[in-house]
Amino acid sequence: MERFQYTRARTVSEAIGIAAHSSTAQQGAPVRYVAGGTTLVDLMKLGVERPTHLVDINKLGMNAIERTKEGGLRIGALVRNAALAHDPTVVRDYRALSEALLSGASAQLRNVATTSGNLLQRTRCMYFRNTAMACNKREPGSGCSAINGDNRTLAILGTSPHCIATNPSDMNVALVALDATIHVQGPKGTRTIPMQAFHLLPGDTPDRETVLEPGDLVTHITLPPPNARATSRYLKLRDRASYEFALASAAVVVEVAGGQFHYVRLAMGGVGTKPWRMSAVEERLTGAAVDDATIRDAAQLAVRDAKPQSENGFKVELAQRCLAHALRLATGLASI
Amino acid sequence: MSSPRQAKRAPSVGAPMDRVDGRLKVTGGARYAAEYAIPNLVHAVMVTSTVAKGRVRAMNTSVAERALGVIKVLTPFNAPRLPGAPKPGPHAPSAEPGPQSVSGSGASAGQGAQGPAARGAVAMRLPTLLQDDVVRYNGQPIGLVVADTLEHAREAADLVRVTYDVERPVLDWTKAAAIPPEQVHPLGGERTSRRGDVEGGLAAAAVSVDHTYITPLENHNPMEVHSTIAQWEGDSLLLYESTQGIFSVRNTVARHFGMAPDKVRVVAYFTGGGFGSKGGPWSHESLTAMAAREVGRPVKLVLTRRQMFGPVGGRPRTEQRVALGAAHDGTLTAIRHHSKSTTSTLEDWVEPATSQTRLLYACPNVETQYDLVRVNVGSPTFMRAPGESTGTFALESAMDELAYALKMDPVALRLKNYAEQDPESGRPWSSKSLRQCYESAAARFGWSGRKAEPRSTRNGRWLVGWGMATATYPARRGAAGAVARMLPDGRAWVRAGTQEIGCGTYTSMTQVAADALGIAPGQIRFELGSTDMPENPASTGSVTAASTGSAVHDVATALRQKLVQLAIADPQSPLYGVSEDAVRTLDGRLTTGGDRGETYVALLARHGGQPVEATISTRPGAETQQYSMHSFGAVFTEVWVDPDLAIIRVPRVVTAHAVGRILNAKTARSQIIGGVVWGVGMALEEETLIDPRSGRYINADLAEYHVPVNADIGTIDVAFIEEPDLHVSSVGAKGIGEIGITGVAASIANAVYHATGKRVRELPIRIEKVLS
Ligand SMILES: Cc1cc2nc3c(=O)[nH]c(=O)nc-3n(C[C@H](O)[C@H](O)[C@H](O)COP(=O)(O)OP(=O)(O)OC[C@H]3O[C@@H](n4cnc5c(N)ncnc54)[C@H](O)[C@@H]3O)c2cc1C
Ligand code: SF4
Repeated sequence: MERFQYTRARTVSEAIGIAAHSSTAQQGAPVRYVAGGTTLVDLMKLGVERPTHLVDINKLGMNAIERTKEGGLRIGALVRNAALAHDPTVVRDYRALSEALLSGASAQLRNVATTSGNLLQRTRCMYFRNTAMACNKREPGSGCSAINGDNRTLAILGTSPHCIATNPSDMNVALVALDATIHVQGPKGTRTIPMQAFHLLPGDTPDRETVLEPGDLVTHITLPPPNARATSRYLKLRDRASYEFALASAAVVVEVAGGQFHYVRLAMGGVGTKPWRMSAVEERLTGAAVDDATIRDAAQLAVRDAKPQSENGFKVELAQRCLAHALRLATGLASI
Repeated sequence: MSSPRQAKRAPSVGAPMDRVDGRLKVTGGARYAAEYAIPNLVHAVMVTSTVAKGRVRAMNTSVAERALGVIKVLTPFNAPRLPGAPKPGPHAPSAEPGPQSVSGSGASAGQGAQGPAARGAVAMRLPTLLQDDVVRYNGQPIGLVVADTLEHAREAADLVRVTYDVERPVLDWTKAAAIPPEQVHPLGGERTSRRGDVEGGLAAAAVSVDHTYITPLENHNPMEVHSTIAQWEGDSLLLYESTQGIFSVRNTVARHFGMAPDKVRVVAYFTGGGFGSKGGPWSHESLTAMAAREVGRPVKLVLTRRQMFGPVGGRPRTEQRVALGAAHDGTLTAIRHHSKSTTSTLEDWVEPATSQTRLLYACPNVETQYDLVRVNVGSPTFMRAPGESTGTFALESAMDELAYALKMDPVALRLKNYAEQDPESGRPWSSKSLRQCYESAAARFGWSGRKAEPRSTRNGRWLVGWGMATATYPARRGAAGAVARMLPDGRAWVRAGTQEIGCGTYTSMTQVAADALGIAPGQIRFELGSTDMPENPASTGSVTAASTGSAVHDVATALRQKLVQLAIADPQSPLYGVSEDAVRTLDGRLTTGGDRGETYVALLARHGGQPVEATISTRPGAETQQYSMHSFGAVFTEVWVDPDLAIIRVPRVVTAHAVGRILNAKTARSQIIGGVVWGVGMALEEETLIDPRSGRYINADLAEYHVPVNADIGTIDVAFIEEPDLHVSSVGAKGIGEIGITGVAASIANAVYHATGKRVRELPIRIEKVLS
């Protein structure tokens, strides 16, 4: 339990003005924006986040879903997960995003969770959430309890000797596959960041998770115009039927032409330290025949660099099955 | 009741009556322990250890004490000594091979895991009451902060700085040496049971199986976390407690403080679930009372969800080796079942996982045995069907394996070895309808259409599996008292010091009393939950229906008899001179059947308008020596497994249970549904994770500790075989709280095998266990 100041920002510039004084926008940030609060307040109760100043951004609007003039979609930072998932355009043109959102959390959480909050949700590594345990992400230099500890749910791709935590978001996986762009406004003005470049690998600074700097406010996310000939799907695998983070998940956007993969975008969740774009697999698939052998081969390539931990070796196999099945769903080789 | 003295009318007992407290519960009117608004109340928060073994070297409380609103910080160094606090001896954890290196910070006090493991049982539950500085598990209460608000107490609790002399904890239960317990504590019985010649039986077997089955640590997690409000008035103590056993809390807290039990009153009108974790007192009750005495104000302590992992019990891990031998026709020639379970260094608690094995099948050669491994975790305790839940997973999985080895239908194998009497004691059953349970559940399930071959049934991409298992749980009963009073206005109240833990006790006892008195349930006010009421057993071990049910039935019957006698001896009564046996009671009227009669109201009006009261205390008698008393059932399950994606679903569970008379068809059904849902969780999801190095409970919240969600549960088709058992209780009930979970995990594991050909012998059956 920590004391903190609370400001309900009335304007974007007021919010940014306050947050600009933060020493960091990463772990340990003394100033935090609060949107739905479902990640932040939870972590504050656990003592993992200890901001001294909360800036409530819920009154800043930023909650519209609009067509861009290029024919893409502009999603306000404060659009709730439920609203986004059920938006008719999203359901029709960006099905993977809708499916990803609906596979996450619970209906109650989705009603309050926001797009920017989901984008920036923190890892579910149980050691990160437990202040009695060493964790480099929470306390740089203290060590990583998950390596050699209980790491069943953690990453096999993009890990470092300092951190093996997954980015847990389902939405982020779909956003990567859909080539989303993050729009940020900060003390120095506005800028855009491709979704793929937004999250960082842990390296030796796992406390740094994104490219955000103090004061940076995510204002909206844009999606390029949908490929009308492509099918996009999201498949999530986990132990229980609902209300659980992914052990492995895949977002695929696939256009088939003449029996061949013509356009392919692939990303995976539950297996990487950030939402994992499968560029090499995309390349391999593009132009290849749509059949089971190609798909199996692609799935193998997806985990070529996997480094399983003591408890999560099964993810190497599960990830392949997951990606392969998502591809079958998107190409019509499988119907359910 | 079927008592001949009652007029014909649809009895209330057995009817699916809505809960009498349902409205209170859904409107928030039902008050739980932490919800009493008491003037001057202050709040306590527990400080818990962050190491699993060692000593608290120092606790720096100076910052915490200066924090806003803080009234008192209690530590092992300043807490008052309680005259009756149990004194834990040096109960070393099991010996563990390997170097005794010290982990964590601080120097070792030089008491690593000592040589050969100490023998002998720590029989009593040993709560930690700040009486010493020894740390025995990670998360152990080591301090208490009292402040004017909950927020201030939490803030200050975070400010307490603790240093430890850390010792290397023993946490690897697979390597730790087994300790033979001297007794099966606390449920009783011998460590070892032997009948016949098991070695001979196995040697003579035409077919045998021999495998080890593992169930993990689990924690109860009722919706309501444990909570206490303690209030002293002079030398008397009032405790509002979230408990399944008001009298056991009263007696234990009184003992800790060296008080006479009647100086302590414990109140629990509503308890938000317990499942065994609230079966008896832990540390927080006495700590709250201690704090209240120290600060001279009433104190409230509510555990956090995280503190539900460790300080208030859980299911131990079990490792059970089961060997079965059989002749070609399926006749069992031998059963050997050895169970090794974990315990803490505070209590040698034995999960009685082999108890059903001693009596479920008519096998001449049976051997069972218990061992313990003491590790630095919180104490295990009763958790829904302690013993039978874990034990039936092993035994009923093994029976399924044997059925396959014999190429025999699993139901036929069980019927072949049906025990017509208790094979261990030789006593007749007080009642047993297991055969009908198999028949009923199998028929409703459609079992006869099953193809025996694994992987032989598909539904689209899913592999479909059908499995079954036997359910069983003892029918126990304890001493119980009750008082009943007929009021001049024709209403009656009945009191018994039992607990409402969500099972529907208010409702079922109302029904029992209504029928025995011959008045409508709406005219009954049944009260429970205070130690100033007649003593009743804790609501554990499925004893309430039989124990309190008998007391309520008997006291209402005694009251009715008193009133009938009053009438027939009263010259002014229309029933004057009628023989007692000829009087019927119905809807508040005493009659001989026709028009002749009068109401309770009229009778009492002539007798000074005063209430008439009866009191009773009941206890089981010689029948417990004459009969073997158990409930039985059968669970049939359909699972779907996606062989590619390793997804497991349980679309359908069909059960039949014979549990004596059903007191309320609706709450009874709910008990079985709840048990089955939990069984699905036990089979597929539940597991407490302990960090292998620090002993920290790491999935200690409901986001990470998984129990089934709605989407995991398909249809649950529940049926009962009615078998009123008047040997177990005068009300005919055997108890229903625990049996619902037994057999479920085995039934699911067996179905998974049938679907996939993969035999999973370690719970929970997670994705990786079916991923090939
Ligand atoms: C029990 C549980 C289960 C869950 N299961 C899943 C699941 O299965 N799949 C899944 O994907 N998610 C799951 N979630 C996570 C959930 O999706 C996130 O908690 C939610 O999306 C966060 O959104 P929010 O608006 O509440 O964020 P907040 O908690 O308000 O904010 C989260 C972070 O983002 C920052 N932030 C928010 N908005 C901005 C902005 N505009 N600019 C800059 N920074 C900002 C905050 O400062 C904070 O650091 C689960 C959560 C819970 C509690
Ligand atoms: S994996 Fe990362 S988040 Fe988890 S304990 Fe290690 S450093 Fe912390």
